[in-house]
Amino acid sequence: MTSLRILVPVKRVIDYAVKPRVNKTNTAIETTGVKHSMNPFDELSIEEAVRIREKKTAPVEDILAFSAGPAKSQDVLRTAMAMGADRGMHVINEKEDLEPLGVAKLLKKVVEDENRNLVILGKQSIDDDSAQTGQMLAGLLNWPQAIQAAKVEINGDVVTVTKEVDGGVETVKAKLPMVITTDLRLNEPRYASLPNIMKAKKKPLIQKKLEEMGIDVSKRLKTVKVQEPPPRKGGGKVEDVDGMISKLKELGAI
Amino acid sequence: MFATTRHSVLRQARTALRTSQPVSAPRLSALARLLSSLAVLEQKDGKLNLSSLSAVAAAQKLGGSVIGFVAGGSAKAVAEEAAKVQGLEKVVFVENAAYDKGLPETFAPLLVENIKKEGVSHVLASHSAFGKNVLPRVAALLDVAQVSDITGIESEDTFVRPIYAGNAILTVQSTDPTKVLTVRGTAFPAPAQEGGSASVAEGVDPKVSSPTEWISENLTKSDRPDLGTASRVVSGGRGLKSKEEFDRLMTPLADALGAAIGASRAAVDSGFADNSLQVGQTGKNVAPQLYLCAGISGAIQHLAGMKDSKVIAAINKDPDAPIFQVADVGLVGDLFEKVPELTEKLKAR
Repeated sequence: MTSLRILVPVKRVIDYAVKPRVNKTNTAIETTGVKHSMNPFDELSIEEAVRIREKKTAPVEDILAFSAGPAKSQDVLRTAMAMGADRGMHVINEKEDLEPLGVAKLLKKVVEDENRNLVILGKQSIDDDSAQTGQMLAGLLNWPQAIQAAKVEINGDVVTVTKEVDGGVETVKAKLPMVITTDLRLNEPRYASLPNIMKAKKKPLIQKKLEEMGIDVSKRLKTVKVQEPPPRKGGGKVEDVDGMISKLKELGAI
Repeated sequence: MFATTRHSVLRQARTALRTSQPVSAPRLSALARLLSSLAVLEQKDGKLNLSSLSAVAAAQKLGGSVIGFVAGGSAKAVAEEAAKVQGLEKVVFVENAAYDKGLPETFAPLLVENIKKEGVSHVLASHSAFGKNVLPRVAALLDVAQVSDITGIESEDTFVRPIYAGNAILTVQSTDPTKVLTVRGTAFPAPAQEGGSASVAEGVDPKVSSPTEWISENLTKSDRPDLGTASRVVSGGRGLKSKEEFDRLMTPLADALGAAIGASRAAVDSGFADNSLQVGQTGKNVAPQLYLCAGISGAIQHLAGMKDSKVIAAINKDPDAPIFQVADVGLVGDLFEKVPELTEKLKAR
């Protein structure tokens, strides 16, 4: 029986509860002094990897958490390890954010170097909202992909995934190796317990500089500007249901 | 010194040229001639998926010629249907039932072959479950970046898209030779489906075998308008308390308005409504004429999916709920009283 060697890429993003602000020069989102945490979809990925191990329908050799980003990305890797990942790999990149294609190329190298046969990613990161990396990685590796997973079942080397699609769900089946991206309904991520947070500090963390990876991750997209969306002004409140109906008529909505 | 002189001379000459004759107009039209787009059309059971026509609308905005592409078991018939869509010059079809389920492992190489054959500069698809699944794989095979979920087109290489759950609007310029784009349907209304006269041509079929097997699907059956394209949407949140109450209150309201039903993530997570009804950053984006919501507080992730609606109306018992900051019409009150009253009065109109 094939044993699973799982790779879970995680991204450090501005915390989902924070309202992002555009910087003064209209070139990016202000990130200094803003609370960051693990991309919520990546928490689901780690959780799923750990559950696959706990379910024992396929033996798991190890779970490797990966992140590319500034030194502080180490925090999200430690969180991943506290949740159950065995090791972490951090490609340090202090410069501007990588694009999905660049990340996919890095991940392809990690998959090859670390002999992975299952990659579980979040369906999108809540900062850039691109929803591309998993699909691009699967394309570069020429592996099967199942995105927006709501349910994952692994038996031996057969993976069955129920995916969220427009208007319902769809189920597909493939053999390992495979790329899966997670959707909200997949699971409820666990909290890292204090003893596990302490243990995670002792788990191995491989650190590499982006240049050492020998991958061309040059940017293809140039930011022209970042702006606040046009503000919507609330039209005020009405007293009762009749007021609501007449206002809606006045606005031509009914 | 010499270099500076040469530079300024060149600049002078260029300025003189620009003022003496308008260079930009002929240059633009030359560009438009080179520009050509492939709009990926979706089909299901031999029927053209009309929401995928947003890709055609966006391609038309780019200018240049627009080629539609469709693949599946009865792709030729779908292509003939699509040929009537205004703005398409040609529709390329690949008739092979292997493409019916739109599996990315086979559909992506199929698209790549046809993109190369047609020599297009732009590839567009709707930012639907299908588009999200297939296009990034296509982009990776072409070794180009993708620009996701665009809501605006500034020029042939510069696009506008929301980031951070719609809390910021990014304008981005692509330096890649082929631009791969997914399109937000609500930002590009579908063109007319009559009056066009595109030619229909057969495409190339690389016949890649799929490592993935399609097993089944379970789609919510509904006679209601499709949530993504409905002109009116009524939406319920956590405030509805249970699935029974959600169905009891929201369904008649939707019927009274001829509206689609949506829900917040809280309502979906609590099992009040199906996942496919979720409106927001990680659910559907809607931009109807009327978005009427009850029991929704208005978290940023929810607003991301509906704040482009023409008119937003909200019923909530908390006068300080953030939803009232964006609502055109706000009513503070208990939804268990107000919604039935509203439904009755709308029916009586």
